[in-house]
Amino acid sequence: MMMRNRSALWPALALTAPLVLFLACAYALPFLGVALWSVTLPELGTGQYQRLVGDPLVLSVFLRTFRICLVVTVVAVAAAYAITYVWVRGSRLQRRILEICIFVPFWISLLTRAFGWLALLSNRGLFNSWMQALGLIDSPLALVRNEPSVIAGMVHVLIPFAVLPLASAMRAVDERVLLAARGMGASRLRIFWSVFLPLTLPGVIGATLIVFVFSLGFFVTPAILGGGRSIMVAELVYLRMFQSPDWGLGAAISVALVLIVAALMALLSRFAALALTGSGK
Amino acid sequence: MKIQRPGPLALALALLVGLFLLLPLLAVVPISFTPGRMLSMPQGSLSLTHYRQLIEDPDWLSAIVLSTKIGLLTSLVSTTLATSFALGIWMLQPRFSQLLVGFVLLPMIVPPVVSAMTLYFLLTGLSQLSQAVGFDSVVGVTVAHIVMTVPFAVVMVLVALAQVDRRIDLAARGLGATVMQRIVHVILPNIGFGVATAALLVFVLSWEEIGVTLFITSVDAITLPRLMWMGLRDNVDPAIAAISVVLIVVTTLILLLRMALQRRPEFEEE
Repeated sequence: MMMRNRSALWPALALTAPLVLFLACAYALPFLGVALWSVTLPELGTGQYQRLVGDPLVLSVFLRTFRICLVVTVVAVAAAYAITYVWVRGSRLQRRILEICIFVPFWISLLTRAFGWLALLSNRGLFNSWMQALGLIDSPLALVRNEPSVIAGMVHVLIPFAVLPLASAMRAVDERVLLAARGMGASRLRIFWSVFLPLTLPGVIGATLIVFVFSLGFFVTPAILGGGRSIMVAELVYLRMFQSPDWGLGAAISVALVLIVAALMALLSRFAALALTGSGK
Repeated sequence: MKIQRPGPLALALALLVGLFLLLPLLAVVPISFTPGRMLSMPQGSLSLTHYRQLIEDPDWLSAIVLSTKIGLLTSLVSTTLATSFALGIWMLQPRFSQLLVGFVLLPMIVPPVVSAMTLYFLLTGLSQLSQAVGFDSVVGVTVAHIVMTVPFAVVMVLVALAQVDRRIDLAARGLGATVMQRIVHVILPNIGFGVATAALLVFVLSWEEIGVTLFITSVDAITLPRLMWMGLRDNVDPAIAAISVVLIVVTTLILLLRMALQRRPEFEEE
């Protein structure tokens, strides 16, 4: 048995080699280059990193990003919990319908979805037109190009990412435990609150971390729905790259983001089993 | 058998979330039929002007052609690399494979803006070798799209492989099949559907990629999302509504087809 495994090692490694080498050249090495930029542009030193913690503009963008991402994460995970609960435990028809609701938007481009929010909420969009036609409002409400619309757009993108780990946690719940709770006379609400929810808590924590990590790097949705007013970290990188060339700062922010994400992922690895089974879409 | 079906409160909440997810997609449809030149609801009459613009305006047409080209190329290369990698992982001991899988999934986990910066660094570097492969070139965009889509393809092929019965491979091995024979005659036929799905979805991901494309193109390699982005930032062009409807319809059809073809016994109630 040992011999056989060893003889299979080299062909197996050879099969993995093309992709590993490709990503090493096209991804890992260039990232080291970016890291190099962060300490060499415009001059050698840690000046850019001092700006990260010292420059009030950069700091305020980071703080805003964390604040928005926190709100987005809480809302997205709560919404995902509600829809996943029925998706996992509902009747066949309910599951089919919700599957479409969850996975069709998931595969549609960020741009199209951001545009969808504009179509829905902008001055001459669906919502304002209908409200005006019904006479409920006189002039259109300013519903986009502000922070709440950024949050709505981001929640929309992130719900499906939270659904996957939640679903695997909910599927793992032993029905007999619920049966026992009912047998001892617990009400529906009590069963959910004292038994089901605590049992799925690891999934909730996994989903929370995944969603938070993903939300940190958001660029397209806030850029379109935020209207340039509530800039988030990723948009700051873009602006520093292309509008006021300041590549050193852009690179330093990138490195900082990777470090934050790595720290969060290390935390997540405690829930790795759940998260990994969840990512298999 | 589930002992407790979702109650009315759970159903109402789930429905609300479902509606929230679908609403922005549905809102695009009426807007796309507006006769006006601005983003607005059609008042009275409907028009197909913006759909006609997609095939008549050379900008839109060339962006669609370019995105299709890049998407096909990305799909081919990405799926091939991912399938070969996943086969190797499947044959390796789990101990070896975790680190390798973690490495190739990086572009999916790292914030897209960091990947964008990284690929910008790579492509501006390559530009100095040749304009044809670097920043703002078709090859450059394709390389970037392969990097960004390959983790998704790897995950999908690995999922397909996880459902293959290892005993058939053991039998082939016992009968003296070489690695190549096992792959071609035994494993690949069993994961064909998974690989095809991966190829299709990589095409979709490449076709709509914007986060990275924005950083690595300027005037020459204008993909469809790049053109949409330019029309979205300032004055919103209703042609975007038309192309959005087309994209939504195509994606939905692909997914419904996939759902119909795919047998998923784990979701069916016994």
